[in-house]
Amino acid sequence: MSEQLKTLAVWKFASCDGCQLSILDCEDELLTLVGAIRIANFTEASSAVIDGPYDLSLVEGSITTAHDAERIREVRAQSHFLMTIGACATAGGIQALRNFSDVNEFRRIVYARPDYIDTLATSTPIAQHVKVDFELRGCPIDKRQLLETLSAFLNRRKPVIPTESVCTECKRRGNPCVMVIDGTACLGPVTQAGCGAICPAYARGCYGCFGPMESPNTAPLAARLEQLGLDHAAVRRVFRTFNAGAAAFRAEGERHGG
Amino acid sequence: MAVESRTIKVDMLARVEGEGALYVRFRDGALEDVRLTIFEPPRFFEAMLRSRAFGEAPDITARICGICPVAYQMSAVHAMEHAAGMQLGGSIRDLRRLLYCGEWIESHVLHMYMLHAPDFLGLPDAVQLARTHGDLVRQGLRMKKAGNTLIERIGGRAIHPVNVRVGGFWRAPRKDDLQALVPELQWGRDAALRTVQFMATLPMPELEQDYEFVSLRHPGEYPLNEGRIVSSAGLDIAVEDWPQHFEEFQVRHSSALHARIKARGSYLTGPLARYSLNFDRLPAEIQQVARDAGLGTTCRNPFKSIVVRAVETLYAFDEALRIIATYEEPSPSFAPVEPRNVTGHAATEAPRGLLYQSYTVGGDGLIADAHIVPPTSQNQATIERDLWSVAQEGQAMADADLQARCEMSIRNHDPCISCATHFLDLTVERT
Ligand code: SF4
Repeated sequence: MSEQLKTLAVWKFASCDGCQLSILDCEDELLTLVGAIRIANFTEASSAVIDGPYDLSLVEGSITTAHDAERIREVRAQSHFLMTIGACATAGGIQALRNFSDVNEFRRIVYARPDYIDTLATSTPIAQHVKVDFELRGCPIDKRQLLETLSAFLNRRKPVIPTESVCTECKRRGNPCVMVIDGTACLGPVTQAGCGAICPAYARGCYGCFGPMESPNTAPLAARLEQLGLDHAAVRRVFRTFNAGAAAFRAEGERHGG
Repeated sequence: MAVESRTIKVDMLARVEGEGALYVRFRDGALEDVRLTIFEPPRFFEAMLRSRAFGEAPDITARICGICPVAYQMSAVHAMEHAAGMQLGGSIRDLRRLLYCGEWIESHVLHMYMLHAPDFLGLPDAVQLARTHGDLVRQGLRMKKAGNTLIERIGGRAIHPVNVRVGGFWRAPRKDDLQALVPELQWGRDAALRTVQFMATLPMPELEQDYEFVSLRHPGEYPLNEGRIVSSAGLDIAVEDWPQHFEEFQVRHSSALHARIKARGSYLTGPLARYSLNFDRLPAEIQQVARDAGLGTTCRNPFKSIVVRAVETLYAFDEALRIIATYEEPSPSFAPVEPRNVTGHAATEAPRGLLYQSYTVGGDGLIADAHIVPPTSQNQATIERDLWSVAQEGQAMADADLQARCEMSIRNHDPCISCATHFLDLTVERT
């Protein structure tokens, strides 16, 4: 019977491993999952590797080297369905901050022998290099969204993944609005839901790890942040974290200088 | 006589966090070269941190590693507080220790059960292990979940928790919410005891290494967040003196920097070092459990690190229960901290070893300079030294067996290649 199981491969590019760790963090579902899908290539968890092609590839991380730009094409060629997991793969991740700076300067700051280090000037999302069939947001992704997407894939249905803002999750969770209550800067109004509005539940502003929602209204939010006392550079920093490379956040950051 | 060459090469090491490769070459029956290559693309965190607000350091540095984000957050907040001349005590200190216990449990259990134990039994992964040892794997998963739940309860989520800030926590966890975890943590403590006993029954290759151990040492506790940096060769310094005694250097085959003690050389941080330098700081019952598992007061056999990790996991469950028993919600949940025109240093004990960070913050509260030295960079030279010993002693082994032994010896130190910032690719060549 096991021949009929769909095969899964997990790939890593520039990342922190947190999104693929979310798979192993499904402790209650893991043994069920390995009965429902054949883990064919997941080097972080197993040294047994089965050759492709693979029914489903999960891709973590962004493209930051010429070698990786080549490797992602090979991964695509071996994958029937390719899904990116997390902000690195979907928007370039925190390492996309280099896109706004001189990478040679970055190399010099960190390494005494920058010439030993092979890197591209930018950190780019997977979709900029190959066709992506589905994207999961988050830094890190949400375990429940991952399980929903895997089960949708196995059952050949469309995954139920909300595209509204974090604000709607706050309302559902009964979080008092941190911007209204104590003027805390919060990206919730323009950030895609999915995390369950964790930050506001912990009395802090959302910092946008799920990236921009569909058609986000970033300009009025930026104006509001300035009213709350953030200067230009601070507003820029708010939009430039884990999804700095996502189009809407990048544009708003650029409107605030540099 | 023909020149005989033999190469063992593993292009992509499995069951390690991040990407690396191993290369071992024999020529004429003599070991000629050993290289642990880290190829992980560099992400330049120290450069990205420049011109960010000091308060952003815990959230940004967490993204260096999804397996030990708490360690990065802890070293970052302590360094900022050190810069501001503050040391926080009371419930905030307790909560940090408690959060760290959650990470030690989650990370150690992941490593022992899913990454390392399969090596001792000649299996490719925990899924195969589950076929023969189903209850054991289920026990490991439940323990790991207990650690993750602890992090979630305090931090909001298990990977990249959101609740840590410079000065304390955004919101203090409620006493009842922590109390509710007690039954599962008690189960976890018993399971950790069974884990020590099980790991001690695994067949252990013999190897004794003359490591210089480096870890934190605290006057009253097994070290997590605080203490002086000490070594088995007599080093005993304040954390801020790190730059005077340690140095980083670059090797061509790796995108991770290596570290050494100035004028002396490589050293080891992590469970073996912590345990050997702080055995007397473990509660008497846990010392006894370690003795019963066949460990001495120091442990120089890197393969036994799996038993030491189990002992530390037991300690983490025990310590978590101790902290929860007396926990009172801190109010306010954080202290105001405003470092300006200063440099601060901190080191904490990540599951894999000492994690040092220092920051210089300017008059505008922005980071002017950041320096981060993760445990895997510090251990890389020592991991290569272990490989030399293992390859030398295992010369008579068939290639496949020698390769397996080499990979296992890398995993002894649970290298986190993502942390080392910067791909790991094994090669054994015999000429
Ligand atoms: S998106 Fe965030 S959690 Fe996921 S791999 Fe990238 S840095 Fe790690």
